[in-house]
Amino acid sequence: MMIRREALPLLLFAFFALMPIAASFGPESYLLALVTRVMVFAIAAVSLDLILGYGALVSFGHAAFMGVGAYAVGILSSHGIKDTAIQLPVALAASAFFAVITGALSLRTKGVYFIMITLAFGQMAFFLAVSLAAYGGDDGMTLSGRSQLFGFDFIKRDRAFYYVTLVALIAAYALCRSLVVSRFGRVIRGARENPQRMAAIGFPLFHYQLAIYVIAGTLCGLAGFLMANQAEFVSPAYMTWQRSGELIVMVLLGGLGSLHGAILGAAAFLLLEEGLSGITEHWKLIFGPFLVLVVLFARGGLIGAVERLRGKGGA
Amino acid sequence: MADAMLSLRHLCKSYGALTVTDDVTLTIPKGEFHAIIGPNGAGKTTLIHQISGLIPSGSGHVLLEGEDVTRLPLPLRVRQGLVRSFQITSILPGFSVLENVALAVQARIGTSFRFFGRAAAEERLNAPARAALDEVGLADRAETRAGLLSHGEKRQLELAIALAAEPKVLLLDEPLAGTGPEESAVLIALLQRLKGRITILLIEHDMEAVFALADRVSVLVYGRIIATGTPAEVRDNVDVRVAYLGEEVT
Ligand SMILES: Nc1ncnc2c1ncn2[C@@H]1O[C@H](COP(=O)(O)OP(=O)(O)OP(=O)(O)O)[C@@H](O)[C@H]1O
Ligand SMILES: [Mg+2]
Repeated sequence: MMIRREALPLLLFAFFALMPIAASFGPESYLLALVTRVMVFAIAAVSLDLILGYGALVSFGHAAFMGVGAYAVGILSSHGIKDTAIQLPVALAASAFFAVITGALSLRTKGVYFIMITLAFGQMAFFLAVSLAAYGGDDGMTLSGRSQLFGFDFIKRDRAFYYVTLVALIAAYALCRSLVVSRFGRVIRGARENPQRMAAIGFPLFHYQLAIYVIAGTLCGLAGFLMANQAEFVSPAYMTWQRSGELIVMVLLGGLGSLHGAILGAAAFLLLEEGLSGITEHWKLIFGPFLVLVVLFARGGLIGAVERLRGKGGA
Repeated sequence: MADAMLSLRHLCKSYGALTVTDDVTLTIPKGEFHAIIGPNGAGKTTLIHQISGLIPSGSGHVLLEGEDVTRLPLPLRVRQGLVRSFQITSILPGFSVLENVALAVQARIGTSFRFFGRAAAEERLNAPARAALDEVGLADRAETRAGLLSHGEKRQLELAIALAAEPKVLLLDEPLAGTGPEESAVLIALLQRLKGRITILLIEHDMEAVFALADRVSVLVYGRIIATGTPAEVRDNVDVRVAYLGEEVT
């Protein structure tokens, strides 16, 4: 039972680990870049699943954390600070700080108000980035190269960067997996089911929800750090409300509240987008209805569909 | 009064023009089993909401062991030992019966800001939870999903959750509501065992149970306490018979 439930995430990671070998027989750099992007968004989607799937908090401003992480890289490297040992802690700390402030205010509201206020904070981050004329403003800025580690260009080669991203994804996934079954995660899951009961048991939920919000924001900041390095470019486009919406769609598409569903969702979303846009320039006409159908008919997303198939097929 | 466990002082609550709790003052000594009876809509549930901190009071004070807890939010009152159950069953339907109770233990002991280790496997939480389940007669259902329990079993579970919080004062809002005769016999026997050990404030429509269990009974009508006394005194009180039991005074 346990083995079967863990099979899918293991399969996903095995695919990511072996993909570069297959890619070396094809358009290698294109494939490496594409799947690196998938893994970066998978980290962001997994972090969103923590608050959306496990916490039942619909945040519509999650892309802002990616932007904060990416801008930490962009701004530091434009001042000549290119070392990961500085950039990464700054990116994570900035995202965490942004999460503490916005979370403390947003979590005082519920339901649709929470959606609206997280959206508003996301837009504030977006317009702040647009107004940073010294750092490219509207147009964003190109980095002079990828981050270093103690002076080494450790992710200069695409394949090295690919594996660093994979390690980051696995670490983020393992952290979240441990989190959701821990004492802390059980409080979060309980609050999703019945907040009144949890309060009457003696849990001041605000504290726990703020903590999970900050953890998710910080993890998404990690995705932002990787995103900046992947594109060697940062721009306000990383934190549009559309991008936040896409992250939500990835989580829904894969299946809420399973963590690996978010990885699958990010992969399906980006690969479909890539595939369809190669076929026709009107790809959104196909992509939109497809998403609607998945949400309508595959309840529980792709993970739900896989589990139903397995339930029918096997003993 | 030195051993007052729970004191209500001039508690009030209004919704617009409707006064639901009207200057309620009541002192419950340590270890007392106190029952509140009253017709539908008298404001009994609202009073429990106010005492437990689920809703704020319009004015007045709630004192627990002489300490003013009126401004304390619900979860912190629970940690002070003021624990409640709900008239409408409130459990975590997707969790196992054991986990429902283990969460109450988790809230009481140690920290919940622990991010590693499987909470469901912690014997330190599960052992006291099993003891509480045993006490309410639900031990053999520990691994069942709470949502799949019968209505009566859910009422038992709610009591187990409350007990696992190790209350000083237990506020029970119609724990027998909707249970069959067998289930309610189990629950009444349980309340009988708890009597004296824990200070209990019980709201109940089942008069037989109330008069059998309570040390003292208060009668709430239109948000006011119109009488407080031993079960015998209350039964014989003329005002109560007119206002609540609906009898003609002969
Ligand atoms: N949130 C609210 N807004 C307006 N009126 C309310 C609210 N909550 C309760 N009331 C009113 O307050 C009165 C008392 O309600 P309450 O639920 O406390 O009664 P009760 O004594 O518990 O009744 P029952 O025996 O049916 O459980 C009722 O008239 C009810 O309609
Ligand atoms: Mg009531």
